[in-house]
Amino acid sequence: MIETFLAQASTYAKDIDNLFTLIAVLVGFWLLVAEGIFFYFIFRFRARDGQKAEYITGEEKHQKRWINIPHVLVLLCDVAIIIAAVRVWVDVKQTLPPAEETIRVIGQQWAWTFMLPGADGKLDTPDDIVTVDELHIEVGRSYQFELQAKDVLHSFSVPVFRLKQDAIPGRTILGWFKPILTGVYDIQCAEICGIGHGIMGARVHIEDAEQHALWLSSHQPVQYAAAQP
Amino acid sequence: MKPIATTRSATGIPTGRLALWWVVGSEIVIFGGLLASYIMHRIGHPEFGDYAAHTNTWAGALNTFVLLTSSLFAVLAHQAAEKGDGRKAHRFLWYTIGGAVTFLVVKGFEWTHEIHQGYTITANAFWSFYYTAAGLHGLHVIAGAIVMGVVAHKAKRNEELQRVELVGIYWHFVDIVWIFLFPLLYIAK
Amino acid sequence: MASTADHADHADHAGDAGHAHHEPGFVKKYLWSTDHKMIAMQYLFTGMVMALIGGYFAYAFRMQMAFPGQHVPGFGFMAPGEYNGLVTSHGTIMIFWVAMPVLLAAFGNFLIPLMIGCDDMVFPRLNRLSYQIFLISAVVLVASFFVHGGPFGGAWTAYPPLSAKAEYNLTPLGATLWLVAVALEFVAFLLGGINFVTTAMNARAPGMRMWDIPIVIWMIVLASIMFMASVGPLVAGAAMLLFDQTLGTAFYDPARGGDPILWQHLFWFFGHPEVYVVLLPALGIVAEVMTVFARKKLFAYKTVLYTAIATGILGFFVWAHHQFIAGIDPRMANVFTVTTVLISVPIGEMCFVYIATLYGGSIRLTTPMLWALAFLAEFLIGGVTGIFLGASGSDIYLHDTYFVLAHFHYTFFPIAIIAVFAGITYWYPKMFGRMLNETLGKIHFWITIVGFNMAFIPLFICGAAGDHRRIYDYSSFPDLAKPYLQNLRILATVGTIVILFGQIFFLINFFRSLRGGPVAGPNPWRANTLEWTVPSPPPHGNFAVMPTVYRGPYEYSVPGREEDFWPQNLPD
Repeated sequence: MIETFLAQASTYAKDIDNLFTLIAVLVGFWLLVAEGIFFYFIFRFRARDGQKAEYITGEEKHQKRWINIPHVLVLLCDVAIIIAAVRVWVDVKQTLPPAEETIRVIGQQWAWTFMLPGADGKLDTPDDIVTVDELHIEVGRSYQFELQAKDVLHSFSVPVFRLKQDAIPGRTILGWFKPILTGVYDIQCAEICGIGHGIMGARVHIEDAEQHALWLSSHQPVQYAAAQP
Repeated sequence: MKPIATTRSATGIPTGRLALWWVVGSEIVIFGGLLASYIMHRIGHPEFGDYAAHTNTWAGALNTFVLLTSSLFAVLAHQAAEKGDGRKAHRFLWYTIGGAVTFLVVKGFEWTHEIHQGYTITANAFWSFYYTAAGLHGLHVIAGAIVMGVVAHKAKRNEELQRVELVGIYWHFVDIVWIFLFPLLYIAK
Repeated sequence: MASTADHADHADHAGDAGHAHHEPGFVKKYLWSTDHKMIAMQYLFTGMVMALIGGYFAYAFRMQMAFPGQHVPGFGFMAPGEYNGLVTSHGTIMIFWVAMPVLLAAFGNFLIPLMIGCDDMVFPRLNRLSYQIFLISAVVLVASFFVHGGPFGGAWTAYPPLSAKAEYNLTPLGATLWLVAVALEFVAFLLGGINFVTTAMNARAPGMRMWDIPIVIWMIVLASIMFMASVGPLVAGAAMLLFDQTLGTAFYDPARGGDPILWQHLFWFFGHPEVYVVLLPALGIVAEVMTVFARKKLFAYKTVLYTAIATGILGFFVWAHHQFIAGIDPRMANVFTVTTVLISVPIGEMCFVYIATLYGGSIRLTTPMLWALAFLAEFLIGGVTGIFLGASGSDIYLHDTYFVLAHFHYTFFPIAIIAVFAGITYWYPKMFGRMLNETLGKIHFWITIVGFNMAFIPLFICGAAGDHRRIYDYSSFPDLAKPYLQNLRILATVGTIVILFGQIFFLINFFRSLRGGPVAGPNPWRANTLEWTVPSPPPHGNFAVMPTVYRGPYEYSVPGREEDFWPQNLPD
């Protein structure tokens, strides 16, 4: 369902969308059943002249059955949802597939700084490429990121990847993504971080290998010292 | 003319004691939250042990002894009140208050010394916890001493003797909090 | 009324015979009263005033959302900092100064002594103190809107380090006042809770067994216990945050051995049970209203109680679902997914029980009944959308989007607005001795319900499309600046204005009926519970003769009886 609003630009975007759809179908069914019976009862048992309501305690077994059977069915649906949710979670958040490239993402009031490792493939070396508010990555390549924050909490959110992770000052949080679509999309800060929270956006440029190489060559590596404000 | 509500006891437990347990319950979760936070930090930061080495374990142990003794006097006050001897309860309550004052004086010397050494509340998270937890406990000691003074004043004239037991329960609670604070803040090095 | 008010005066001057026969002054009668009904009114009116403030804030920031950067009529141009302050204050006010005082304190104070058949709370002066502290907390919060730097703008969750350091939030005074106000409010409700629980336990009328207590009283008591058990750690956390703000301590400062995530745990350990603290009284009110207007016994009284207790206990083990992506250990998320999704079992069962109560009834769609039914219909939507967020996998995407916002408004709006209106319209005759106007009541109902759905259904779609929260203007995010999203935002703003417009009918109805409504008599709805056996409004001391209870509260349409109700205090 979410794919009608947003492209699925990472490998796991599809899984998260499918999970969303599964939950929507299951809870949608229960919602419709419950609301349907509810409104039917309101209509069916409206007050009529001279007709008294029934006296039902709800304490007897054959009455309680009407509650207990749906109760068990709800539990079964819950189990299905939990299994599906945990599978997606483990895949996206709990495992770190081997990375072809490791980048660093730093949030601060109110900008995103991205560090690409450059030619040597290592961060914190003189050939690092540092960009602000734009992230250039190559499609089909598996990335790990080191997420940091300088001042307050921020949240690195890339809706087209279905990726979101809070950044915490004093910690480095690891995560991964693998883009599968080219294009330019939003990066958001999804955790309130002060008066500039509403402008703390960035753009992710997902390029094919050729374009990415071109961008890399056009971009002067910034001295590492300069990248550490 | 008290409301009829205050005279009823559908559960068989006096309303005052129910209310006291409510107060103690809310206090337990307040201290519980603070101490759980401290323990989580303590586990995550081994260096807290080095900071804890600068606390004065002997002063802490002395204060533990003082509080336990004062709790004993609270029990004796309760026993006297049970027998209807308000004057005796009054006397023992004042012994308990004496314990509270001794505790606070020792605390005062301890803190003065530590602050002079530069271990202030802003030094790091350990000292923040140290002063906040002990300070919050100290506020309870002060509050308990004041309430005991009021109760003792009434007890002397044999009024509201059931309150002697209630203030005693509260004092035991304050005591027990210290029994948790002492090893956590002083001994765990 | 005059002679009974004298009693109040007399009670305060016990032994002072010379003053026994004069009229109590305004202060004594309205501001310094220890009468539980007067304290309930104080809470109710304070809550209503705060709701108007919170509603005005909602209007202002929704207008900014719909027409970013333009002049908002009745507010002016809105700076980003002001926008943050408004959303923060709106959330804080609506939960702590509207839902809590009205659902717990106003209904709790009014109903507990009346429904269990006694004359007052067991600690009347403590009760007065709790309101006074509450009032001070409200004044402190309102004061924070006017200080230099403006109100706190770090969201109602107040995550540090943003909330801890003025250099980050730029509201040095606002942040501290906000925190002090919230902490005072907690103290007020801890004190109030003593009364709710001990009164309900000890001051019951003779003959009232556990299972004869009306569900709403059970729910208020359970909610008070939950509040007490959950708020303690946050009181400690608030003290730590206050010290971080004012003294410069290091609790939440990672550079000096502190941890900002600690606050999130303390906050949500309270924050999630808090949802049930306000939900349970709302469910209780709905149970009372539904049984009366369906003329039905509550289906499986004990099951309702057990599911409420189960929800309450389970509610303590789900808090970290607010922090799935906050940097906690990812393995922990799996545990909390299980507990969170499982909470749908008792809550779902409770909803089934309420629906089953309608079966075989004789349903009259009066205004209170419409509100009660609307509560169930809307709350179901709020409940099922929570599953998307409790399931860790989909929460990665939906966290902090408008989907979350729409979800919790579909739970909190039914709780704090719809169920409250069910309660107010149902007990209004008892509170003020007059009937409300049904036509105005129904106009108010339908406008509010239409406005509510118009405001929040579009926000589900916005959230699914990626709108994240607390953004004053989406123009910095090209993917979110698309026209169809903006149209949905405008639709939601129109819905907000419709809701607020509808409240005019309520206020007219409320204040006109105070004097002009038809006289209600003691039991206009032909209900069973004890409050309907006394005059409306109840005199000081409530009962001329203290009642004895002979049966449960929901004996409606008992076969073999002429009347279709059977008051609890009638001997067999």
